[in-house]
Amino acid sequence: MTIWINGQAREVPEGITLAALLASLEVGGPGVAVEVNAEVVRRARHPEYQLSPEDRVEIVTFVGGG
Amino acid sequence: MSVQDKPLVISGVTFQSRLIVGTGKYPSHEVMKRCHEASGAEMVTVAVRRLDLAAKGEASLMSWIDRSRMRLLPNTALCYTADDAVRTCRLAEELGMSKWVKLEVLGDEKTLYPDVEETLKAARVLVKEGFTVLPYTSDDPITARKLEDVGCAAVMPLAAPIGSGLGIRNPHNIRLIRETVKVPVIVDAGVGTASDAAIAMELGVDAVLMNTAIAGAKDPVRMARAMKLAIEAGREAFLSGRIPRKAYASASSPLEGLVE
Repeated sequence: MTIWINGQAREVPEGITLAALLASLEVGGPGVAVEVNAEVVRRARHPEYQLSPEDRVEIVTFVGGG
Repeated sequence: MSVQDKPLVISGVTFQSRLIVGTGKYPSHEVMKRCHEASGAEMVTVAVRRLDLAAKGEASLMSWIDRSRMRLLPNTALCYTADDAVRTCRLAEELGMSKWVKLEVLGDEKTLYPDVEETLKAARVLVKEGFTVLPYTSDDPITARKLEDVGCAAVMPLAAPIGSGLGIRNPHNIRLIRETVKVPVIVDAGVGTASDAAIAMELGVDAVLMNTAIAGAKDPVRMARAMKLAIEAGREAFLSGRIPRKAYASASSPLEGLVE
């Protein structure tokens, strides 16, 4: 299925969990936060959260700013 | 005799330093860390952005921030709607494990002036969700009062446009804001050099937030120290009670006893 990660289309297995997606991208831990369809998905829910086709996933981190 | 200064308290948290600094635009993370140390600041702003998925294993910003002494203040920089700002704050909470945010909702790319209507809208939502909201705002005392009324923990009027280094363009309004609200007033944006920071503090504001003035200086670490000293000097001068301005001279030495 196709999902959108940080604005880019990507093919992922049907029903992949957020935790599995992050593992495949080699990101995770306390340094990243994740939104799906404009709603934050808390870290504790990543293992059970299943993605659906066309989901818009945003993976963010802290960067320098004023 | 001398007025004992009280430390800055924002939403129940005490700060010894009245300088808040940013984490953007430094020549390197290492220079940033040294600037943070030299500034004496106890709170730093950070921004929330998409993770660069291609840049795996790069040393993150966070490893260069001493969180044992620095409180994080995530911002909503470059958000143009209340909804985007609220979303960013929720992400920041997940990232920083804290509900403190610098709310910044801008109105236009040229001036980066705050959209106070959207800022108020976002502030209402965030306060309701339990966030400690420090809003960047215009130097307008009425907006400052409204932000206080909706429950913001401080108000942060601009001195001049973000990154402009133009200094305190409207000292009268900054003073009016200090008189109008009870929450801490933090001058945010527009400071260019140490005297600007001192002038802000002499007006009686509680703290100053800056980024570019330090990060963009030729010697950022030295400027960070200059800002620390200026903040302290300005605060001391404010507490001292300056002499009134007079139109004519008034001799400092005795008028009597001149040799003839």
